[in-house]
Amino acid sequence: MLDNIWLIPAVTALSFVLILFFGKREPNKGSSIGIAALGLAFLFSSIATVQWISRPADYEPKLEHAAAAHEAGAHHAEPIRKPVTREVTWFENGQVKIKAGTTADGLAIAMCLVVSLISLLVHLFSHAYMHDDERFTHYYAALSLFTTGMFVLVTASNTLQALFGWELMGLCSFMLIGHWWDRDGNKNSNAAMKAFFTTRTGDVGLLVGVSILFFGAGQTFNMQAINDAALSGHIAHGVLLAGAIALLIAAIGKSAQFPLHTWLPDAMAGPTPVSALIHAATMVVAGIYLVARLYGVFWVAFDIGGGGLNPVALVGGVTILIAAALAFVQSDIKKVLAYSTVSQLGFMMMALGVGAWTAAVFHLFTHAFFKACLFLGAGSVSHSGSHHSFDMVEDMGGLKDKMPWTFRTFVVASLALAGVPPLAGFWSKDEILVGAGENGYKLFLVVGLIGAFMTAAYMTRCIYLTFFGEPRGAAAHHHPHESPPLIVVPLQILAVLAVLAGLVNTPWKPWFTEWTSNATGVGAGLAHHGFVPITAAFSVIVGLGGIATAYAYYWRGLRFPITTEGAGKPVYRLLVNKYFLDDLYEGVIVRGIREPIAQGAYWINQKVIDGVVNGAGVAARGLARFVYEVVDQKIVDGAVNGAGVVSEESGSLLRHIQTGRVQQYAALMLGAAGVFALALVLF
Amino acid sequence: MNWFDDWALTLAVFLPLVGVALLALIPRANEEAHKLVALVTSGATLAVGAGILTRFDFDDTKLHQFEVNRGWIDVINSRYHVFIDGISLPLLLLSMLITVLCVVYSWHHFPEPHNPKAFLMLMLILETGMNGTFVAEDLILFFVFFELVLLPMYFMIGVWGGENRQYASIKFFLYTLFGSALMILSFLALFFRGGNTFDIPTLIEHGPTIAKGTQVLIFAGLFMGFAIKVPMFPFHTWLPDAHTEAPTVGSVILAAVLLKLGTYGFIRIALPILPEAAKVWAPWIGGLAVIGIIYGALGSLAQRDMKRLIAFSSVAHMGFVMLGISTLTSFGINAAVFGMVAHGLITGMLFFLSGSIHERFHTRDLTRLGGLLKQAPLLGWILGFCAFASLGLPGLAGFWGEFPAILSAYHVADGLNQNLYWAYMVVAAIGTVFAAGYLLWMYQRTAFGLPKEEFAEAHIHDVNGPEWLAWTPLLVLIVVFGIFPGLMFNVTDDAVQHLTAAFSSATGAGGH
Repeated sequence: MLDNIWLIPAVTALSFVLILFFGKREPNKGSSIGIAALGLAFLFSSIATVQWISRPADYEPKLEHAAAAHEAGAHHAEPIRKPVTREVTWFENGQVKIKAGTTADGLAIAMCLVVSLISLLVHLFSHAYMHDDERFTHYYAALSLFTTGMFVLVTASNTLQALFGWELMGLCSFMLIGHWWDRDGNKNSNAAMKAFFTTRTGDVGLLVGVSILFFGAGQTFNMQAINDAALSGHIAHGVLLAGAIALLIAAIGKSAQFPLHTWLPDAMAGPTPVSALIHAATMVVAGIYLVARLYGVFWVAFDIGGGGLNPVALVGGVTILIAAALAFVQSDIKKVLAYSTVSQLGFMMMALGVGAWTAAVFHLFTHAFFKACLFLGAGSVSHSGSHHSFDMVEDMGGLKDKMPWTFRTFVVASLALAGVPPLAGFWSKDEILVGAGENGYKLFLVVGLIGAFMTAAYMTRCIYLTFFGEPRGAAAHHHPHESPPLIVVPLQILAVLAVLAGLVNTPWKPWFTEWTSNATGVGAGLAHHGFVPITAAFSVIVGLGGIATAYAYYWRGLRFPITTEGAGKPVYRLLVNKYFLDDLYEGVIVRGIREPIAQGAYWINQKVIDGVVNGAGVAARGLARFVYEVVDQKIVDGAVNGAGVVSEESGSLLRHIQTGRVQQYAALMLGAAGVFALALVLF
Repeated sequence: MNWFDDWALTLAVFLPLVGVALLALIPRANEEAHKLVALVTSGATLAVGAGILTRFDFDDTKLHQFEVNRGWIDVINSRYHVFIDGISLPLLLLSMLITVLCVVYSWHHFPEPHNPKAFLMLMLILETGMNGTFVAEDLILFFVFFELVLLPMYFMIGVWGGENRQYASIKFFLYTLFGSALMILSFLALFFRGGNTFDIPTLIEHGPTIAKGTQVLIFAGLFMGFAIKVPMFPFHTWLPDAHTEAPTVGSVILAAVLLKLGTYGFIRIALPILPEAAKVWAPWIGGLAVIGIIYGALGSLAQRDMKRLIAFSSVAHMGFVMLGISTLTSFGINAAVFGMVAHGLITGMLFFLSGSIHERFHTRDLTRLGGLLKQAPLLGWILGFCAFASLGLPGLAGFWGEFPAILSAYHVADGLNQNLYWAYMVVAAIGTVFAAGYLLWMYQRTAFGLPKEEFAEAHIHDVNGPEWLAWTPLLVLIVVFGIFPGLMFNVTDDAVQHLTAAFSSATGAGGH
């Protein structure tokens, strides 16, 4: 399987084609094809996982940079499992063979496993959730293609192919976010365009970064080669820095990091299972994956081992806080979860920035389970509890007894997200905090702790508004009930994983670290510092503190001295308006380009550039009239009258031309062409 | 099969004229016969193309293949010299394919004032001109074919065009002829300075010996001729008018093939014959190219007319092609040839689609359209597909014209200002965001939402037979070239390497 890991994207790609062309004739309108394909992909991923784990760890990468890495504190003494790379020549360009191929290593396989599992559950869930949708078949086709995009990205051996997967997801997110393009005017298609457009803005960085690293690493797209070249110092630092910054911009766009995070909450316009897929396993984690995969580049370019302030950590840290703050003022349950995702992605980015590679990847892994569970839980609530509304304030409340399983799984997943031990989120978040603390990034340790506090508090608020208190609006009037098994069972599976997933990488049994360690993860040795009791204790205390604070506020009615109406009003306004970033992007930048700039350019086009062309035409006509009326009629015609006198001479001149040499013919042609051209201009 | 190798290109060029002669003999009323003759002729020409494809030596694409070299106008030493290599082959086949598809598409809808006889005759004359330009290896022969396409297109726009057709057709004709007049001056200068010959391969040997200052001047004339045809900013203003007013098929041929005559001219004539001048001119060409990328996109964003929007997008797309050429590297020129073909397939499709939408709704006003996916879902899907292909989505053909051009700007030929090209690279990459902007905006306005009130009750039929026949090959090729770019790169690479190698050896510097 490791040699043939291409089968995983291939099977979902095939599923896409089959659903697109034959889905409507299939009894389940295409969903069985999708579910079967994802089942198969999950099976393949599981086999690959087993094979990878049982692969002997006997490969010692002979890297020239070993010395440099050692200086930075990394430990490369331990042998690792050798990645399985298979490549074929894709095409030749300028005598450079461009290859297509796959790389199977711990990171790729862990991603395949998560993606296939989440996507399978989303496929199952959607069968019930989207049952009455008029574009059910198209929906399933797009889901399959979306998953294919992620598989292509994570199995790619080179940046060019990664770019394919990356953009394929962009396309599918456009299709799925805008799935209901015929509802609510242009709201949904606007959200789809915003998502595509914003990530595309980041993709400028990807196009440029891939180009820079292609030449920097000696005309290769191979990611291992690029990492090696970066780590061994074969790429000049300026070039590497430019490449890393460009790629970071791409990651910021795709992984919805500040300041390009604004598309993600709007992307909630799509069907809820799509949100689960986008947020948990695909699309948004692509940016994190890219940084993790090309870690050598970032490691050297930003001197991550050095412990100073670097852009990766900074972007992550800022994102954690600004997104978590926004989660407090949302009344739409999916938007709370969306900002939560942005914030958690910030944790992953920050982890990469502080050298905690394994922690970042591990957090990506655990987060997928509990975030998918939360999104599907929100879907379950809207499906059966709030009559398709997502408004916690208007249409929910008191649902805990009506929807017991949805409630239980939601609470479990929230606790996992809040980092309560021994649930999954605790272990991965703890590792990030330990990494930040031990690698000399104390500031980001504090940021992480504040983020953990906020996470616990906003999730508690979300649970209160949804499941406790008095039923409101739709929840009061539309007879809420528990969802059907096809919806509840995926929730239960995910809840179990939210509890257990963390146990694969405890300080005592760091299996995940061992399985994913590879030559890319320069910081692998650095990342795992074992258990630091004081950090863990702090992280638990702030998590429980967050829950307790929200509990005091909502259940006990305790109010803070600062209210949203009083001293806190400016802050509240800032949050409600999302820091005015949407106004800046849509109102100022997009509208500015669309209206004054584009219209202005077009005005210049019509009036100035085309004006010159038309002016030339008018002038030529005027000249022609002058030539005709003055030159021709008066001068030439006058001359013709006396022409008889010189006819003898001109006759001999003509003979001379006819018998002359080639140059003279050509000279004549030149003259003729000139007259010709003049005539044309004159028309 | 030796006779085929000798006659293939001649057949490819002049077979359409045989069809024209036949059409001339058939009475005007007999429309079915006209259509059939046109289809058979263009089909037979395409079959010649298929024959060429089977006999073409793909292992060494820089070779002069199917070469014919006979005396023609001895007095000026101009010869009937034709051959193809890896650069001209894809373009020749593109031209053949597009013509057949245009005949098929026209089957049921000849634009007013109808008259299939004349329309089809013009189309076939166009094909002769286009095919001839891509095989000609003598400057005078090239010039004749290059100019030959003007007249039929002039009539096509002027007779079958929209409301403002008179203005548009005259502008198209005069503007391009203005460029040609300067171009022929440069051809003559090459004749005198390059050893009294119009033969392109010979001039490629002699050209580099011309003094640099003279080269730069001669290049200027060539530049005007080709840049207007491409068209490059700021010589592009004939294009939106011509496209907007042209009948659908005219727009398709104009976008898919005619624009490529300009870029092809740069690659076939200007760069290899005048390498020194090319280095002087390249940064300026690159600069105009990236301005064109952004400017064309802004122009597109300002449009309400779907067809005019697509026309402006051509300015942007050809900017990527010219950026690739201006790097003077094999990466860039490979990308440029790919970009030409990809643009031909994709923008050709977009013009077909805008024609079909116009036919159904009798308007192309984006503020009036909407909900196409509701009324004609397949048409809507195809439009979406082409919009994404046009914005350079990886996996579809457009990507390979765009990304490698950006890539090539990172590492340009020796002697060019690399810092400047880094700036170009970033600007071009930003252009891809703009492309997403105007294409998705156009798509949202036409396809999403509900049909507007005025069309809510209209019966809009979905894609019909001739449309499927005309479009399927293009759609398939867009995907096939997108996934297997090697099909094109492997063909062009040898020839392009040869070109850039000759280029760098002539200037004594190592190119890439």
